[in-house]
Amino acid sequence: MDYEMIMLRFGEFTIKGRNRMRFEKRLKDQVLRVLKPYPAALITQSFGRIYIELNGEPYHPIAQRLQDIFGIVSLSPVKRTVPDLEAIREAALDVMKGYDDTPRTFKASVRRVWKEFPHGSQEMNHLVGGHVLRRYPQLRVDVRHPEIELRVEIQQEAAYVFSEVVPTAGGFPYGTNGKAMLLLSGGIDSPVAGWHAMRKGLEVEAVHFYSFPFTSEQARDKVIELARRLSYYSGGTLRLHLVPFTDIQTSFVSSKQDPLMITLMRRAMLRITEKLAEQAGASAIVTGESLGQVASQTLASMNVIGRVVELPLLRPLVMMDKQEIINTAEKIGTFATSILPFEDCCTLFVPKSPSTNPNLRVVEKVESFIPQLDELLAKAIEETEVMELNAETDLSGETAGRDEWF
Amino acid sequence: MLYFDHSASTPPHEDVIRTMAEVMAQHYANPASIHRSGSEASKLMKRARELMGELFQVGSEEWVFTSGGTESNNLAIKGAAFAYRSRGNHLITTQIEHASVYEAFRQLEQLGYRVTYLPVDSHGLVSVDDLKAAICDETILVSIMHVNNEVGSVQPLAEIGDVLKQYPRTLFHVDGVQSIGKLPIRLKEWHIDLFSGSAHKLRGPKGNGWLYVREGITLDPLFAGGGQEGGLRSGTPNLPGIVASVKAARLAMAEQTVRRERMGRLRSLLIQSISNIPELKIINGGLDAHRDDNIAPHIVHVCYPGMKPEVIVHLLEKHGIIVSTKSACSSKEDRPSRVLLAMGTGHEAAKSGIRISLGDEHTENDIRLLSQRLAMVVKKLKPLEGRG
Repeated sequence: MDYEMIMLRFGEFTIKGRNRMRFEKRLKDQVLRVLKPYPAALITQSFGRIYIELNGEPYHPIAQRLQDIFGIVSLSPVKRTVPDLEAIREAALDVMKGYDDTPRTFKASVRRVWKEFPHGSQEMNHLVGGHVLRRYPQLRVDVRHPEIELRVEIQQEAAYVFSEVVPTAGGFPYGTNGKAMLLLSGGIDSPVAGWHAMRKGLEVEAVHFYSFPFTSEQARDKVIELARRLSYYSGGTLRLHLVPFTDIQTSFVSSKQDPLMITLMRRAMLRITEKLAEQAGASAIVTGESLGQVASQTLASMNVIGRVVELPLLRPLVMMDKQEIINTAEKIGTFATSILPFEDCCTLFVPKSPSTNPNLRVVEKVESFIPQLDELLAKAIEETEVMELNAETDLSGETAGRDEWF
Repeated sequence: MLYFDHSASTPPHEDVIRTMAEVMAQHYANPASIHRSGSEASKLMKRARELMGELFQVGSEEWVFTSGGTESNNLAIKGAAFAYRSRGNHLITTQIEHASVYEAFRQLEQLGYRVTYLPVDSHGLVSVDDLKAAICDETILVSIMHVNNEVGSVQPLAEIGDVLKQYPRTLFHVDGVQSIGKLPIRLKEWHIDLFSGSAHKLRGPKGNGWLYVREGITLDPLFAGGGQEGGLRSGTPNLPGIVASVKAARLAMAEQTVRRERMGRLRSLLIQSISNIPELKIINGGLDAHRDDNIAPHIVHVCYPGMKPEVIVHLLEKHGIIVSTKSACSSKEDRPSRVLLAMGTGHEAAKSGIRISLGDEHTENDIRLLSQRLAMVVKKLKPLEGRG
């Protein structure tokens, strides 16, 4: 069926007073960016809503893309017709065509905004609802909890008819709540943490640590792919910092403190990330830690690791079960990439029995004995490579990117 | 030489040849290897799969690269029959399928499956009512071709899909070898579970095909080995062919609408100009690719009852025109066409079919030339009727 319009409903930020204008503007920009490949589509804004006039542009791909834009709670495909009883009835049948023959409960809700329209809202409920029921006898009226609510809004210039309400990503428009650095490994959790952070309106820059030649090029590519997927949710670009970590890791190996290996590594990562955050003007660090999941994610470990930085550490997954995290990873399209079998640096040099209860003072002591740790950290920051990714970034490599071959 | 045998195979597109040569020279590494070259090869595979997903508006992981239409059909049919045997023992196909489908079902019959071969009407079309009557609780697979390779009939896939939608335990396979690039294809809308295609029918390389396997469906693989293609098709992938085949598919599908229109016009012109040769019987000549949804734009089938079709093919070739006898794959056998017999043309006509299939390069002039030569050849052979 062809729809003429899409109606977008805003999320939780509608209740906030002062920031509303800023949020709405940001959201509008995001929607406009989605519509860029569809030049005929136009948008209009009204209280708590954005309307997209499709003008012949296709509904499905646009709706699909909008479902992942943060700040929109739901959308509805809308049929527009002239404000005339017969035309409205016709449009109502059209909308109902989208449902199969399963018996369902049903209700028509008409709002007559244009008071010159000859039939009142109540009367219209019957006139439209009755018409639909005659055509679709399997429907049963239930005005309290209908499975299908057919809504009609009658304005002077047009009548709008819709029923489907598609739930969308929700949250705050991207970047309206500040900026944070995201520790991005190649695993399942960190991209999900990133998505949660972005959904809450945080602009995110990702930081990845790699240990070539102990980790492969593919492991690096995998992270780039994950970051690219996250960039899709930003609606624009996402910056990825690739930090060389081999020298730091090797220096930890030589300290012969195997059980503390992970604690030391994680602390080093946070210190580097805090420096990068300073440069980027970010005021938090997001991690994919989930309480108790591995040795470094016990409460004691988190405490010792987290103390090395002053920025707030945000851990969106801290109270989630692994299965919940996996479900989200699948939903946001990072799972398949995350489970590709390439090691990242955290799975390297992993001791047989990592400490689950490290002692802060011991850890600090060990660090103080590592020759030139600060220099190594500074060098890693200096050699960090930065990539700007967006959903269209071609990751197929220099030769493989020869799209003219296709 | 004018080549009118595009349903047998097509001249590869020059860009396809270039892609094939360049990828062959530069990406010889095995995509499964972990070194850089291997991973570049594997990225090309990934890109190829993504494009297939985009072209058909399905998931990229839903495509399996195969060696061609025959393998795709065999993998789909036997793979599904073996994997879902516990669901039931009944299979449905039609009497007019390509040999790679038909013979696969014959093999399955040998293995104890029950197969219903749906009949067709005089246009070569199955009836949805026949399908409804044949289907039962035991039916695990229905395989119906999109465009018939001999007579160009187009099966009502949308309607069939609507029927099969009500049987979620019955898989729907479509042999789309003759339709890609010629007709619109709506895998999701038509509720298709398995869909076969072949690159060399649309100006791609030989030895490359595709099989769409809807997410959630498992097939028993035909080859045991290294588990490539998600375990469905072991063997080192033919990367140059795969990239080139996707290029060919992209080119073919980008121009599908225009091609259908253009070829449909040429087909009408051809039918109109040979309809006055009384010796020739045009199969599906009454169907118009512009007006009717049930005929493909690129195939014209004519019979000269009483004349061996090889004689016409040879004589036409001498006059610079290349056509074929029934389908190329089985045309060396001296047997009546199973497809024409199923359509009720009678034995004589079924033994004398000639297929003319159109390509992108053909012009109205070529069509006129073809019909003149055909008329001439028929006139020359007329005295020998019944002797061939």
